Amino acid sequence: MAKHLGKWLISGPPVLYLIVFFVIPTCIMVLASFRYAGEYGGLAPVLLHDTSGAHLNLTLESYHEFFSDFIYSWLFIKTLVYALVTTFCCLLMAYPLALLIARSASKYRDLLVLLVILPFWSNFLIRIYAWMILLGPQSAFSAALNGFLGIFGVGPVRLLFTPFAVVLCLIYVQLPFMVLPLYANLEKHDPALLDAAQDLGANAWQRFWRVTFPLSLPGIYAGIALVFVPVLGIFAVPDILGGTRGIMIGNLIKQEFLEARDWPFGSALSIMLTIGAMIIVGGAALFAGRRRNGDV
Amino acid sequence: MALLEIRNIVRRFGDFTAVDGVSMDIEAGEFFTLLGPSGCGKTTLLRMIAGFDSPQSGEMLLDGKDLASIAPEKRPIHTVFQSYALFPHMTVAENIAFPLRMRKLGKGEIGERVRQSLEDVRLADRGGRYPGELSGGQRQRVALARALVNRPRLLLLDEPLAALDMKLREQMQLELINLQKEVGITFIYVTHDQTEALALSHRIAVMNGGKVEQLDEPSKIYDSPKNRFVADFIGTCNLIDAEVSVAGEEKMVLQIRGLGEVAARNPGAIGGAKGILALRPEKVRIAAQLAPESDENHFKGRVHDFLYMGDVTVYIVEVGEGVHIEALLPNSTAGRPRILAVGDPVEIAWRYDAGTFLDG
Repeated sequence: MAKHLGKWLISGPPVLYLIVFFVIPTCIMVLASFRYAGEYGGLAPVLLHDTSGAHLNLTLESYHEFFSDFIYSWLFIKTLVYALVTTFCCLLMAYPLALLIARSASKYRDLLVLLVILPFWSNFLIRIYAWMILLGPQSAFSAALNGFLGIFGVGPVRLLFTPFAVVLCLIYVQLPFMVLPLYANLEKHDPALLDAAQDLGANAWQRFWRVTFPLSLPGIYAGIALVFVPVLGIFAVPDILGGTRGIMIGNLIKQEFLEARDWPFGSALSIMLTIGAMIIVGGAALFAGRRRNGDV
Repeated sequence: MALLEIRNIVRRFGDFTAVDGVSMDIEAGEFFTLLGPSGCGKTTLLRMIAGFDSPQSGEMLLDGKDLASIAPEKRPIHTVFQSYALFPHMTVAENIAFPLRMRKLGKGEIGERVRQSLEDVRLADRGGRYPGELSGGQRQRVALARALVNRPRLLLLDEPLAALDMKLREQMQLELINLQKEVGITFIYVTHDQTEALALSHRIAVMNGGKVEQLDEPSKIYDSPKNRFVADFIGTCNLIDAEVSVAGEEKMVLQIRGLGEVAARNPGAIGGAKGILALRPEKVRIAAQLAPESDENHFKGRVHDFLYMGDVTVYIVEVGEGVHIEALLPNSTAGRPRILAVGDPVEIAWRYDAGTFLDG
């Protein structure tokens, strides 16, 4: 027992923390999704007492509602598309940046990484409100864009309160989460491997696609997971920049809890979102695992 | 015409001159070694031949063609890296197929050549494994196979055995010699290990401070070192300060302080020149009593110290005021770790042409 004491002292607190603040709340939410809404919001009691005694007061009503109206599935699909576009754009922009940092002189690397995480030093909401000003109709950015489009007889376009504004800001918010795991991976690559590839006849293009890229796949997977999953549930960005056209599933969940006061339905949406994310990420991990085992 | 002609190559890194005007000719089919301590410029020179680095001046001609005009990936030169640099995400077979794929050979031909190559390095059953699943010696053989499968004109080897333990290293040395004979490809081998260089090479270039100190066959390098650095770097050597008293074409007489007159050879030296006498310990005979031949130097002294090495014992003999000479005695008789004890009177002798006088 004493042998395991040290192990428990170290792993105990985080495990306890996760049980109290993650496992139990998740169970509460799963249960809530099967309950009835209370008359004035909140939840109706789980047990009902009448003449025949106590019986469970649970229902599939919330899930029935979810599948009976296509608008919810549509919102899911829309959220998924936003998340995919955001992840893809982040990957496209983060990869060259991470590669550049990883290949720069070691004395500059820490500074460049610091610059990547510098935005975290200011408040998340303030940064999103800054985008609101930047994309607003009065801003120099909007004026310049519309002036440019005017040359071709297009526009003027409105940027704020559009899906475009939402995705643009999501990319901005999530970019560091793609850069960091990619950099951590690329920085560890043995430069001798590129020398070897060149020595054996590979040009720059072949060296990238046959050595650097396949070796960076774990970093890419980590980056995708870090960008994709949080975007699925995000609500602050579409709330502030999306207007009515740009809302995502996170906004609906927030609405169900705070405005509609339909906690069971909000819980059901959250559970569906969690299950959806698990299926996508799990499927991707399975696919990645099969590739690693050399089936292709 | 030599296969590779190197002409006055200079490479500087800031204030540091890594390669300082090196010239040499490497013949086709040769096992050529660049030998020197770390920082002597041997690896820099190798990287310039491979194309990973470029000289500031000088030129390199392969089959008479200037290498500077050929991109590294187009050179018919392959390298075996010190770390092997096997691609960890590819199987052994894929690693070996890599250079063939880069040349866009047909699938059938690639498969056939990879199979043949795996057989050549006795790894036929390991083609599907990843490099991480192989032992050090096996990785070494994969690296060799990958670099040779394309039949390069020139194979560069950058300390390829440094990461192996001694037993395996000796075995791989034999394999390398046989492999080179078999494939007939010119090898340029970089090492700081002088025994490895002596064992493997047809010719050795001993480098120091970015310059070639001596370029010759192993036995010439060992027996007739050109200067103090080579004598000291290759093997062990007695280096004794000396002055030429009588110069001669075949035989010369040196004056050594505390010892007296010693006969040696150096056809070039002039009377009064100061330098050192270089004498290999294994060329010095040692016994309690010796009957010297007429062409031998002969001295009496005392055992100052000794080192028991197993196969031989190294005796350090004090033969004069502050003059110590090392001599080797093979332990050919079983059960006798030492014949002589510290303080014992001994006699030593060596043929006059075993000692070389080196200027400066």
